[in-house]
Amino acid sequence: MTKSKADEEDYWNSSKFKAFTFDDEDDEFSRLKESRQAVNSIRRLVEEDDDEDDVEKVSWSGEPVGSISWSVKETAASNQRTDREPAFPKITTDTPSLSKSQSGYSLSSLFKGKTKGGNFQTFTDTLSDSSVRLYAPELRKPKSEYKDYVSDWSPEETIQRLQQGKTASLEKFRSLQDKLLLLDFAVSAHDGNVITAVLIYLKRTLSKEVLFRELESRQTALRHFIHYLTETKDQRLLLELLRALGRTEDMALLQYKEHLAIADENKRRDFLKSCLSLPFSAEDSAHVQDHYTLLERQIIIEATDRQAERGGKVEIFQKFPRRASILNMPLVTTLYYCCFYHYTEPEGTYSSPLNIRQTFKISEKQYFVTALAARAKLKAWLDVDALFTSRNWLGFTRKKSPLSFQRVVDILQKNSAPTQVLQDYVGLVDDADLRISLAQKHKCHDIVINTYRDMKDRQLLLAYRGKVGRGSAEERKIDELLNNQQIRWKN
Amino acid sequence: MANSARRDSPELPDFSLLKRLARDQLIYLLEQLPGKKDLFIEADLMSPLDRIANVSTLKQHEVDKLYKVEYKPVISTSDQLCFLIRPRIQTVKWICDVANADRAAGKFRRYKIIFTPQKFYACEAVLEEQGMFGDVTTDEWAFYLLPLDDDIISLELPEFFRDNFLAGDQRWVRTAGSALHLLHSLYGPFSKVYGIGRCSKMAYESWREQVEEGEQKARHAEIGNVFLIDRDVDFVTPLCSQVVYEGLVDDIFRIKCGCVEFGPDVTSSDKSLKVMLNSQDKVFNEIRNEHFSNVFGFLSQKARNLQTAYDKRRGMDIKQMKTFVSEELKGLKQEHRLLSLHIGASESIMKKKTKQDFQELLKTEHSLLEGFEIRECISYIEEHINRQVSMIESLRLLCLLSITENGLLPKDFRSLKAQYLQSYGVDHLLTFSNLRQLGLLVEQQPGETLTVMESKVGKLVNDKTAGKLTDAFSSLAKKSNFRALSRKLNLVPKSDEEYDLRVPRDMAYIFSGAYVPLSCKLIEQVLERDGWAGLEEVTRLLNGHEFAVTGSNGADLRAKNDAQRIILVMFLGGCTFSEISALRFLGREKGYKFIVVTTAITNSSRLLESLLDNHV
Repeated sequence: MTKSKADEEDYWNSSKFKAFTFDDEDDEFSRLKESRQAVNSIRRLVEEDDDEDDVEKVSWSGEPVGSISWSVKETAASNQRTDREPAFPKITTDTPSLSKSQSGYSLSSLFKGKTKGGNFQTFTDTLSDSSVRLYAPELRKPKSEYKDYVSDWSPEETIQRLQQGKTASLEKFRSLQDKLLLLDFAVSAHDGNVITAVLIYLKRTLSKEVLFRELESRQTALRHFIHYLTETKDQRLLLELLRALGRTEDMALLQYKEHLAIADENKRRDFLKSCLSLPFSAEDSAHVQDHYTLLERQIIIEATDRQAERGGKVEIFQKFPRRASILNMPLVTTLYYCCFYHYTEPEGTYSSPLNIRQTFKISEKQYFVTALAARAKLKAWLDVDALFTSRNWLGFTRKKSPLSFQRVVDILQKNSAPTQVLQDYVGLVDDADLRISLAQKHKCHDIVINTYRDMKDRQLLLAYRGKVGRGSAEERKIDELLNNQQIRWKN
Repeated sequence: MANSARRDSPELPDFSLLKRLARDQLIYLLEQLPGKKDLFIEADLMSPLDRIANVSTLKQHEVDKLYKVEYKPVISTSDQLCFLIRPRIQTVKWICDVANADRAAGKFRRYKIIFTPQKFYACEAVLEEQGMFGDVTTDEWAFYLLPLDDDIISLELPEFFRDNFLAGDQRWVRTAGSALHLLHSLYGPFSKVYGIGRCSKMAYESWREQVEEGEQKARHAEIGNVFLIDRDVDFVTPLCSQVVYEGLVDDIFRIKCGCVEFGPDVTSSDKSLKVMLNSQDKVFNEIRNEHFSNVFGFLSQKARNLQTAYDKRRGMDIKQMKTFVSEELKGLKQEHRLLSLHIGASESIMKKKTKQDFQELLKTEHSLLEGFEIRECISYIEEHINRQVSMIESLRLLCLLSITENGLLPKDFRSLKAQYLQSYGVDHLLTFSNLRQLGLLVEQQPGETLTVMESKVGKLVNDKTAGKLTDAFSSLAKKSNFRALSRKLNLVPKSDEEYDLRVPRDMAYIFSGAYVPLSCKLIEQVLERDGWAGLEEVTRLLNGHEFAVTGSNGADLRAKNDAQRIILVMFLGGCTFSEISALRFLGREKGYKFIVVTTAITNSSRLLESLLDNHV
């Protein structure tokens, strides 16, 4: 099973021709028939097929006529529909603006002014008349007139048709009132596809000012419009819209986002610089400033280091060739990089870790974690040690860390620190249980043994003896302790 | 070890019909295009297509070559190009580019776009703008539902989540309604529909309208009740680490369309292997819903049994051996293969999880859910960020903190955001803006600000057209109120009680006994009460939008019919495997059978990745 699967997967990627098999054709065919029947039992799926058939019907003159007779059938069906009791009740939605009954009212009032025939009922009648006439060529009206008839849907009907994926012309909705009615019906139908369709039409036929003004009070439509502009990458109009709405922060972010598409680092830096004046929130403004400063600095560091690397004179670059450029990396990555390659530089240089720490106000903990990881990676244990060392006023040194020693051990261990180094820090973990479990995990036997000794726990020590190597120094140490008469074991 | 099903559990309907329908419709569409043609398939449609048809099906209908849509110039020599795509503007633009390039080169071809599951007007507008309307013809393939398993059906529309909840675009509402309609016409009529969430309500309405548009034949109902739920009703559950086997496999290896690719570390060979994960896999079927801590024990027991079965060979005579080989060996070999695969996967999971201190991570999550030692949690998250541990993971924890705490204190918010940007890039300003808009990661609002905003927005709206209090506003009001909900619904069991994960007592087992998924708890409560009565406080905390309706033909069918205990739960915006496991558990306990319909299978990574904006 998996094999043939894999074969097919291969097929997707290459496009080599492959002979197809007739093996299961009969079977497939009968199954096809079976499921075809199933298909037919679902009305909605079939409906589309029917439509297509109708469309392809051709009159004596070779003109497609199906659309009309079919639309008549449609109207008839929709009339019947209203009489039927609904299978499920309607629930009130949170946008109650235009309910069905209301719209029925507005529908007829719309028609009064516009259609020749009068009310809805006679409209249908004239339409069915015209479909009869289709087959009598001498009575046929010019094609253009049909169109008028057919597209004479009310806003609500138009929305319904659009929802069902049928064609409906929006061109006849010319007054602002009609256009907005169309939009509001679309919104109350909760069909985003149709809302966007109407918006595309409004975008084309209304001035920006009017459209923006009307959208402001129609949040759902507005969000659709924003999404549409985003998807079509109509950045300029989108910015204008946001400006008109007074959404300045969104505007700033949208403009800032453009930097992602700029590949060239110098152009990107210049673009970021131009972003500094955008109306960000105070907080974000500082972040964007940092972004700019960082890239500016990365460009300088990158240029210098690339040269140093090529020159082949700087040892560290020879020993640890850079795996990637530092451009566009996050600040912490940059700090790590500088702790790795430029640790000892004086604070005045751009690439000095201390300078970076200062410029970007990096927290003590953050700096500490990053420097620790970088120096541990280089196995510069002295540097590691120095990070912790502080002198008190008497000149004694002691190890201090803004990070729990448990975490320190974790970082060191991930950078494959040797046991001797690890145990220094495991020993500094305050909590005895935690210390033991860490020591066991990292095989710092001395710490385990000493802790058990301090706990005067003979049993545990005895048990631990089984875990150290036979004849090892640890085993000897345990034996010594166990034989030591001076210890008062608690068990 | 898997709970034995209650004996009276009803049978699930047969959903393979959905596959056949989709396939036949595709064939029909291909037949509409006589002659040889090359078929371009959108990348994310390839796996779904694979589940319902194969290459030979396509070949039989004169598809010559298959290509993946890659937004590059086309090298095909065919004079008919057919594109099977999702209705996306970008893809349609690309097709127009292809056609325009041909036109410029004086090459004549025919182009056909088949949109699935439906076309959008915005796509057609692109065709029109590019001068290709008519030259490029279009069609629709109503492939709404893909059964991933006996009880899981997916719409395979991951973009549903971002489009609907972040962008506020309702383009998929009707799609959801149509999917429901399809299920209703094949397996209905439904007798009751419950739901919660804005989108659920709209999808219900859309479905109801479609029912009225069509005619419903009287038929024997196979699915009685339906529950619709929006993803934004419960963000906590998908943001938690999954610890049930199937969810864990999804979190680590990513199950795609019911299929997972196990790398060399799992297969212990040099090759990767793609494996279907569903109830057909007997080993998987028994462990998928188990808490991970039980899986090892189960697998080793299974391995021992297998060994015994193999050992039977010893001392067999020729005849017995022959029967053994022909009857048992194949099954044993199959089981052996599956077993070693899942053992490999479990080992790999263990390795990865111990490496990143999974225990501590879980402890933090549980503290957040419980509202306990929040300061410690914050410093844990901070360290996570400082050490540049997974960008998504840090974001996940931040969101979990924000939702459970009803927003972060301004001071914490600022400091954590700044550190996040330092660690993962300032570009994530855009991500933060998205998360705020969705209400996933916010600053705590002083009580007053909200009311001022409310009245301001309210006034604005009232002055204009009929009162539409909508999205911008509801996202402001979207307070999670998680703690209050948790108390009301008893989501977090008391921590001092022992929880035996081998014998789960409630749905909390899917999160090691620490948390009952809110989404599933709501479903349980509503089914138990046959509606929302008594849950008023809960729905208020969830911003309302709840409903419970009975169909006209529903009442008399009740009680006697098995179908009433078959419940279709539709997640709008995605659901996780953990939630599915929880529902399966609930079903076993109460004698229900749940069918999960989801717009896509999600998990914390997918959910958050869809909200990232740090790329073009």
